[in-house]
Amino acid sequence: MKKKNQVLEHVIHGMFLILGLITIGCVLLITVYLVISGIPAIREIGLLDFLFGAKWEPTVAEPSYGILPFILTSVYGTAGAILIGVPIGFMTAVYLAKIASPKVKSLMSAAVSLLAGIPSVVYGLVGMLVLVPGIRKLFDVPDGASLLAAIIVLAIMILPSIINVSITALEAVPKEYEDASLALGATPVETYFKVSVPAAKSGIAAAVVLGVGRAIGEAMAVMMVSGNVANMPSLFQSVRFLTTAVASEMAYSSGLQQQALFSIALVLFLFIMMINATLNFFLKKEKEN
Amino acid sequence: MKKKIMSIMLTAAIAGTVLAGCGEKKATVTTDGSTSMEKVIGALGESFSADNKNITVTYNPNGSSSGIKAVAAGTCDIGLSSRNLKDEEKAQGLTGTVLAYDGIAIIVNNENPVTDLDTETIADIYTGEITNWSEVGGEDEEIVLIGREAGSGTRDGFESITGTEDLCKYRQELTSTGDVITTVSQNPGAIGYASLASVKDSVKLVDVEGVTPSEETIKDGSYVIQRPFVLVTKDDKKLSDAAQKFFDYITSDAAEAVISAAGVVAAN
Repeated sequence: MKKKNQVLEHVIHGMFLILGLITIGCVLLITVYLVISGIPAIREIGLLDFLFGAKWEPTVAEPSYGILPFILTSVYGTAGAILIGVPIGFMTAVYLAKIASPKVKSLMSAAVSLLAGIPSVVYGLVGMLVLVPGIRKLFDVPDGASLLAAIIVLAIMILPSIINVSITALEAVPKEYEDASLALGATPVETYFKVSVPAAKSGIAAAVVLGVGRAIGEAMAVMMVSGNVANMPSLFQSVRFLTTAVASEMAYSSGLQQQALFSIALVLFLFIMMINATLNFFLKKEKEN
Repeated sequence: MKKKIMSIMLTAAIAGTVLAGCGEKKATVTTDGSTSMEKVIGALGESFSADNKNITVTYNPNGSSSGIKAVAAGTCDIGLSSRNLKDEEKAQGLTGTVLAYDGIAIIVNNENPVTDLDTETIADIYTGEITNWSEVGGEDEEIVLIGREAGSGTRDGFESITGTEDLCKYRQELTSTGDVITTVSQNPGAIGYASLASVKDSVKLVDVEGVTPSEETIKDGSYVIQRPFVLVTKDDKKLSDAAQKFFDYITSDAAEAVISAAGVVAAN
């Protein structure tokens, strides 16, 4: 009987190991595949021409494959979304974690979770039908599909990640810190901003990085509101992100154009790896505190 | 024991069906050519294979010229071309059979008073020489050019017919016909192009050279923003039985519904 139990134990161990290996296998497979399929086009185009070329014209008679407009658009778009999204998300998190009554908190948390659950195509659709015409009228530009529209959509999309992670970080601040501050005569608001927030700062930084990761990787919603022309980024111009460059041309591409799209995916992948490494750094720091 | 017998029987049954499948002769019809014809050939191949399970239709999207070359070289059964054959191609002993016509409608916002444009004006608008609707009889509003992404068959068709290849100054490059129509319906200054079959009331069709796009005007050639989808075959090489069967099917009346569903006008 005992032996049978041991065997069962081993079998289950093995099963968990296999399941774990499947996950790692997927990551490795994708990484290796991206590198293998992304390198040839970069070698053919030349790394500098590829990364710093300002012109993306893959189907003309003399094609050029410069992805600088995409890189800059992704950077500007993400930065813009962070600039708008972080203050709103951060303040919401402080309010929900420290100030709000339990009833308000549960209601608002539910709303935030709902926001996180909305599929990106829905964000895109609402953006396309409401935001884009709105920007056109408000700013009196010929067309509203622009970097600004994408920034606003992204800012809303990253709110849930920022709010949720910040709340967790703020709630983890030991109550004694705040009690001590209050006992010394600081007002509650002073306590939140001078004690709780600094104590939770690496968690909040992690929230921001998570927001960056979400914003830079988003394709669908952005594709529907940004106009998709490979222009250098400008607030009211139609622009194309790294993600949308891959998504919009993959369907019909062939030859070097298709290989170059894989190279764009590789660049995007490296960006996201860097962001993940930063995120891990902050999370580790928070654990140490 | 009972379970064992069951599983043996099941295995036998599965093996039986697999072997039976091998008994029939499998045949492949290879088609090569125009990327624009992907949708229509894909749909036709699917509906054909549904009735002829032992024949597979393959499609290799490598462009009209490559498709024509492939037929001439005998490396594929049927070539697909989204333009008429040139004289020198016909001289190589190739025959073109028009399968369908691809009519590309020019659409504007419903509020736009412009009803008629000629091909040259459309080309001037898309190359950025005309930038305001007032220059072509509309209101004082900037023209917003909506198009498709590089590589799209509709874009390729529109640009090659209007002679604006690689010259279009798009404001938006969208990835589907539906997106183009929605965007044009949202912006009073917008102009776009889309397959005629997918255009709905939400946008206004523009007459080109005074001709309203419709199945009839596309078929009789009076609506000019259109191009033929041509099946290319070699005169001195007889099609294989499977290829002949496929060819007969797609040029028959039975295939018309499938062709229309793919957004183009069947030729017969």
